[in-house]
Amino acid sequence: MSESARQDTPEQAEFRQQCRQWLQQNKPAEPTVRLPLSPLEIMTDEQLSYLQAWQKSAYDAGMVGCDYPVAVGGGGRTDCQRIANDEMIRARTPFFPNVIGLGMAAPTVFYHGQDALKEQLLPRLFSGEDIWCQGFSEPGAGSDLASVQTFAERKGDKWVINGHKVWTSLAHFAEWMILLLRTDRSHKYDGLSYFVVPIRAALGNGVTVRPLIKITGETGFNEVIFENLEVDDRYRLDELGKGWQVAMTTLLHERGAGELQTPRAGGMKSKATHATSSTNLIELARSVQRNGRPAAQDPLIRDRIMQMVIREQGLAQNQRRARVSALQDHPLRLQLQNKLLASEISQDTAAIAVEVEGASASLYLGDTNAPAGGQWPMAYMNSYGMTIAAGTSEVQRNILGERVLGLAKSK
Amino acid sequence: MTQPDNFGFGEEAALLKESARKFFAEHFPTEKLHRMVASDPNPERMTACAWDRDLWQQMVDLGWTSLAVPESVGGLGMPLVAVAALVEELGRAAFPCPLLPTLNATYVLAASGTSAESALEEIAAGITASLAITDQQGSWFPADTDVQCVNGKLVGTAWFVQDARKVDRLLVSARTSTGQALFWVATDAAGVFIEPDAIVDLTRDQAHIRFDGVQAQEVSSEAAAALVQAMPALWTILAADIVGAAEWQLQTTVDYVNTRQQFDHPLGFFQAVKHPLVDVMLQIDQCKSLVYNAACAFDAEPERAAEYAHMAKASASDTAAFASGRSVQYHGGIGFTWECFVHLYFKRQKHSQLLWGDAAWHRAQLADLLIGPIN
Repeated sequence: MSESARQDTPEQAEFRQQCRQWLQQNKPAEPTVRLPLSPLEIMTDEQLSYLQAWQKSAYDAGMVGCDYPVAVGGGGRTDCQRIANDEMIRARTPFFPNVIGLGMAAPTVFYHGQDALKEQLLPRLFSGEDIWCQGFSEPGAGSDLASVQTFAERKGDKWVINGHKVWTSLAHFAEWMILLLRTDRSHKYDGLSYFVVPIRAALGNGVTVRPLIKITGETGFNEVIFENLEVDDRYRLDELGKGWQVAMTTLLHERGAGELQTPRAGGMKSKATHATSSTNLIELARSVQRNGRPAAQDPLIRDRIMQMVIREQGLAQNQRRARVSALQDHPLRLQLQNKLLASEISQDTAAIAVEVEGASASLYLGDTNAPAGGQWPMAYMNSYGMTIAAGTSEVQRNILGERVLGLAKSK
Repeated sequence: MTQPDNFGFGEEAALLKESARKFFAEHFPTEKLHRMVASDPNPERMTACAWDRDLWQQMVDLGWTSLAVPESVGGLGMPLVAVAALVEELGRAAFPCPLLPTLNATYVLAASGTSAESALEEIAAGITASLAITDQQGSWFPADTDVQCVNGKLVGTAWFVQDARKVDRLLVSARTSTGQALFWVATDAAGVFIEPDAIVDLTRDQAHIRFDGVQAQEVSSEAAAALVQAMPALWTILAADIVGAAEWQLQTTVDYVNTRQQFDHPLGFFQAVKHPLVDVMLQIDQCKSLVYNAACAFDAEPERAAEYAHMAKASASDTAAFASGRSVQYHGGIGFTWECFVHLYFKRQKHSQLLWGDAAWHRAQLADLLIGPIN
């Protein structure tokens, strides 16, 4: 029995058993299509429909939205989502495609939406039938999120929206968008409001979605342009001018520090999924020759791999220590480090892998001689998405310096 | 064996950590340390051996020196996580005393079998000790020693003996006609010559010790095995000391950069200062988490104790260097002077960084375990 299972409440223990049995019989077979590294790189309809079918079946089995009330399509359970997550990851299932919906839109709609809206939106969000995307960043508003300029002007019970959003993952598949915009130009923070917008219904009629191509050559994120899009006032979350506070709920959950646990699945092996872990780094170093012997025999390479082993273990132990209150001096100190550390560790691991590969690191996905199918150079390039998105590493260091160490706020 | 989720860090350990923190905060402010150890800045000075024996006696009376001694021989038998927590607080105070050497000797004796029981009983009764196991090259491999046992008497020199002038006993590793053994010797026994080293660190003393035909009690005939088993504990508690000292360095530097104004702002406003201080914190937290993991492994998952302790000490050595460098740098000109307290910790950390293996050494050992040795 795992340590976490030992501490289950009776409800959790029974639920865990239920999940485990269902997964044994119903875990989907591996797909015939190449699965992307993460939901944010879904490129084709085939990939999406495979993943959507999986999310729907997991939802129908009660493993998605477990801790939300039954009235909004949830399972009405207490602290059971993490049990379902444990079991799905243990069973090495595919991941869920609707990550923005599950991780960010659902808690935001739940805490700030009207009841009718929650009942309308959340069941199809949990089932994955409606894919969601997030309209926060703009060409002129990156790290300084509160400077968004997309504007909604009131027209009776409707709002007319004009503006330009960027880095919008999944927008090309999305029915709905969570949208941070401005309703008042005279106040930076208090002039912001927050909407949910049915973008798919308005494609070609006020909404344009154009793919942005990443440095890897993959698509997956987009720019979204609003031209006189009319939206009902009932799609507004919380009060007018409270957009920044609502956005904080979104970001808190995005960083894994929110009240509601995000439904999470994954772990299925596929030809194209190559986790950037130091274990893989050791395997790679054993298989690649360097100066006439395996790279794993080179003292400098060994030292660098051990540095990654130690950082990876340090992060895992941080997460363990974060649950022992007697070993912490500040409640947010470890929580706020997670995203920064995980993204920088992945990046440095991939950088070392590419170095270990030597000349072969020049070979990319389309080359049959590329080691590990060319995944390491791709993982290395993709890692910059992680150190930039959801608050760059520089913004994370500002947050830690100011909120945890108490240093003077940077402008 | 598997580790408990909470590192086995129970109420008793939390109370011990809390009371140690209060004890040092109340009785041993940094001003006192500076007055005690930094009276003579002369770089060619002989290292003094200044320490607060009265305060030390209070620590002994609190039972802190017998924490790691098994209950069967009169000790408290506390787990390593609790001991590491106490040592973290000792490191934060940089309190000069023979606690670490005594704990080190305790773990080696505890790994030595029944013939070491009387020595452990002495430690439980308040006797202090230090390891005399290192050769002149400063090798950290247990098999290396410059001391021999000839016709039942110790001959040769042990190097880099920590706090040698503060302890009552030495635990000596020596080659014998049949292998390598451990011996228990009083520091005032006939033929023991303590020759102090002039060292950088003001919070410790160190010596090489000459044995000139010394009669000694053998406590283990399997020295290397006992040392190999105990080493993970030694690395872990030294890493815990480093973590505590690094926390002092971080807090002291944060306080300074919040106060000192330049260009109309406190220094901490500038990201050139703010971000590296965050990196110091990240490094400390990584190290602290690895220390408690290594301690818990020693208590509950011994088959992985060495692996995790290598990680902890490698991380700690890097932490010591990084936190020390940033603490002096961000204090600016004043940080470069003898009167500013940061040099006390800078020097203690440089000593701890290399003691019992620096980061590169530990990563090389870790690679041998995880990848296999180099052919």
